[in-house]
Amino acid sequence: MTSLASLVREAIDPLEVVRAVADPANGAVLLFLGAVRQVNDGRDVTGIDYAAYEAMAQRELDAIVAEGVAKFGTPDLAVVHRLGELAVEDVSVAIAVGHPHRDGAYALSRWVIEELKRRVPIWKREHYADGTREWVDPSGREHAGAPT
Amino acid sequence: MTITLLLFASYADALGASTLDVELPRESTVGDVISAIRSRHGADRLPPRPLVAVNERYASLESVVEEGDEVALIPPVAGG
Repeated sequence: MTSLASLVREAIDPLEVVRAVADPANGAVLLFLGAVRQVNDGRDVTGIDYAAYEAMAQRELDAIVAEGVAKFGTPDLAVVHRLGELAVEDVSVAIAVGHPHRDGAYALSRWVIEELKRRVPIWKREHYADGTREWVDPSGREHAGAPT
Repeated sequence: MTITLLLFASYADALGASTLDVELPRESTVGDVISAIRSRHGADRLPPRPLVAVNERYASLESVVEEGDEVALIPPVAGG
């Protein structure tokens, strides 16, 4: 049984994140990956750079994992978010959940990504095919700008 | 007293800095820290009431700050 929250600058290995939540108690193991999407709001995206207030982002990720473990009845939750320069199709975030039952696994995975998007101080700047770059502001535009 | 103000992403671009030292009288609030930088070039691009953190925790504009506190202005977050 393991819980894990980390910020990384290298490529995320999804299988490694899944392995972190392996436990004989778990009848359901669920992996969510967020990836860089090629088109956002009708614009051609060539990459994204992710920046963070790293100390606070780590603190918020730790809190989300602790709250998720307490609320959803499993100790097996791993969240890894990548920072730095990512290309289209690169994995930006991985959430692995191990739970005795699938309902709990799906519920916890969904809860974690929504909490992460709501409160972890991470920002992304999209790079467009025309050479421009812009910080994404999802506030007031539900789901807009999200790669997931 | 001196307060360290951290700026990130679009706010850092707007102000042209990622860290500012702000001199304020004691008993000042987070709102006072923001007021103190309003005259800086680019500060007009900050919202009237930005999201803030004090010492890595979300806080209100009414929070009182102390010498050495780290205050951060948090642009709309966009992780995931």
